[in-house]
Amino acid sequence: MPNINDILIMLPELYLVVAACLLLLLDAFMKPEQRGVLHWLSVAVLLVGIYLVVAGQPPQPVVAFGGMFVRDGVAEILKVFALLCTALVFIYARPYLIDRKLFIGEFYTLTIFAVIGIMLLVSAGSLVTVYLGLELLTLSSYALVALNRDSPLSSEAAIKYFVLGALASGMLLYGMSMVYGATATLDLASLHTAAAHTGMPNLLLFGLIFMIVGIGFKLGAAPFHMWIPDVYQGSPTAVTIFIGSAPKLAAFGMAYRLLESGLGDLSQHWQQMLAVLAVLSLAIGNLVAIVQTNLKRLLAYSTISHMGYLLLGLVNAGPEGYASALFYAISYALMGTAAFGVILALARAGFECEEIDDLKGLNQRSPWMAFLMMLVMFSLAGVPPLFGFFAKLLVLQAAIHAGMLWLAIVGAVFAIIGLYYYLRVVKVMYFDQPNEGAELKMQQDPSVRVVLSLNALSLLVLGFAWGPLLGWCRSVFPG
Amino acid sequence: MIDPQMFQLVCFYAFAAVTVGAALGVITLRNTVHAVLSLVLTFFSTACIWLLAEAEFLAIALIVVYVGAVMVLFLFVVMMLDIKQEHVREGFIRYLPVGIIVALVMLGEMLALIGVRAMHMAVMGPNPATVAGVSNTEWLGHALYTQFLLPFEIAALILTVGVVAAVALTLRHRKGPRHQTAAQQVSIKPADRIRIVKMAAERPAPNQETTP
Repeated sequence: MPNINDILIMLPELYLVVAACLLLLLDAFMKPEQRGVLHWLSVAVLLVGIYLVVAGQPPQPVVAFGGMFVRDGVAEILKVFALLCTALVFIYARPYLIDRKLFIGEFYTLTIFAVIGIMLLVSAGSLVTVYLGLELLTLSSYALVALNRDSPLSSEAAIKYFVLGALASGMLLYGMSMVYGATATLDLASLHTAAAHTGMPNLLLFGLIFMIVGIGFKLGAAPFHMWIPDVYQGSPTAVTIFIGSAPKLAAFGMAYRLLESGLGDLSQHWQQMLAVLAVLSLAIGNLVAIVQTNLKRLLAYSTISHMGYLLLGLVNAGPEGYASALFYAISYALMGTAAFGVILALARAGFECEEIDDLKGLNQRSPWMAFLMMLVMFSLAGVPPLFGFFAKLLVLQAAIHAGMLWLAIVGAVFAIIGLYYYLRVVKVMYFDQPNEGAELKMQQDPSVRVVLSLNALSLLVLGFAWGPLLGWCRSVFPG
Repeated sequence: MIDPQMFQLVCFYAFAAVTVGAALGVITLRNTVHAVLSLVLTFFSTACIWLLAEAEFLAIALIVVYVGAVMVLFLFVVMMLDIKQEHVREGFIRYLPVGIIVALVMLGEMLALIGVRAMHMAVMGPNPATVAGVSNTEWLGHALYTQFLLPFEIAALILTVGVVAAVALTLRHRKGPRHQTAAQQVSIKPADRIRIVKMAAERPAPNQETTP
């Protein structure tokens, strides 16, 4: 029977649910001119959420609702960074939304509901909670993508996202039903023991394959990546930045819960499958990104390749691998928010700033902005001494320690190929002449300027002082 | 005397055949209304299979909720949209061979890997409702509000998101419509509606106006 302890363990999630409902009500009774209050309240709600997650963290992993919900160190890190990234998204998105008449309360409420989905997903202790948390996240995301309903591109992206997402959820659910059929349990902890001596190993493996397809879809790993470029390009940039950051942490959390907590005993099987996904993602992501002219599409293919690197960490299937994959997910979430943050900061009413050519001569117009973008691009490419370099180094190391030297070599080769298209953006900014009549100005909003600068500079700082964060990531995976 | 187990097996195969046939009808029938009706049949025969599996509550819920409410809504939508048949079926024949091949390969793989024999293995154990000695519905109610309380509440959250999303995506503030404002209607005073004009009882002299 659920009792008060269960509620206390889930306090951050329950708090966010209540806060989201209150914001929804507040929005209904507020005049449109007063939405600025709603914006800052939403940011405050997320920051208080971070405090509740960290302050109430029990020293040992605890479970609530009969094992349905797990609160451990992995969940803590993922929740902290998911909430942080979402707060950054809110701050960057405000001027963009105001310019496009999308500054409505539902953007904030739906995003907070999506974050609740992320938190439930990364804390899931049962197949049911994994699925429901994922649905809460994706359902909110579909609506967010379609938020700009007068744009045909946006509606097209939303339909594609919805249909492919529903297909992926169906695959995942089909796999889960097979795993349930083979083990007769939904609880991930008992699944771990039941998987070892099931009477139907083939059925279990079949279920595992479907579950990996579902995970691949959600991560956006090739060959299940088809939705990513269209959704990234089609959705309003204020939504793209959200989809490109916090849900990646959720996807890592989901993969960890399902594959390690649930089916850890089958690691010899899923290691091979993930290695294939990783190689395909690295190849397709990096090679197709080279020919892109749209910046949002380029970042979409870059996401696919980054998910390939994240998979290199998971392939290790040991504490070291998980720690490096978690570190990579965090680094990608921070880099993704910064990259799209720059695009958001350069966009203004009637101008999206989403073609690479739009950045021509940015250095002459706004040197500081060009410098921030250069930091982000170098970090995404993995140039030392930036944050992205150490993240890449750690996953490559994890792949080598897993005995997959060839995989690490593939990763390193594609990192060098990837360098080309990141450097192209930098070249356009610094060495090309600006387009006639093009006006590139940084957003005048002081909160955007300060937070974006801090976000991009953190990539440099974390590049030098990555020790504590890595230590934190390593401490949560019992050796 | 009919063997009850045998009878159940025959029933299962009959319902399963109807389900598969009706599901095929959903995707092959030319008339969209007929397709929806065969979807109703699919749901109905699935509910019958669930009855055989002793999941009475789910079977009834499937008929009441899906057949009774959702499918009727579907029918209305299909009738109102006036979808062009040829357009919907574009590419159906072209992709049919690929679809059949994929389906057959999947079926073959599943039969080879999982096998028909696996059906007879009792992984699940006895029906928990029977063990507890209560009805299926009662056991489900207990489980839903104790063991599965958290998923149940998350499902409620998902429905909330559905409502918020539907409103956010469809609500349009139109210019021009005239609304009734109940508060104004209630708070109105007699003086706002009628004006009492004092008039002389007698008819005034000509060329003199009394009412404006």
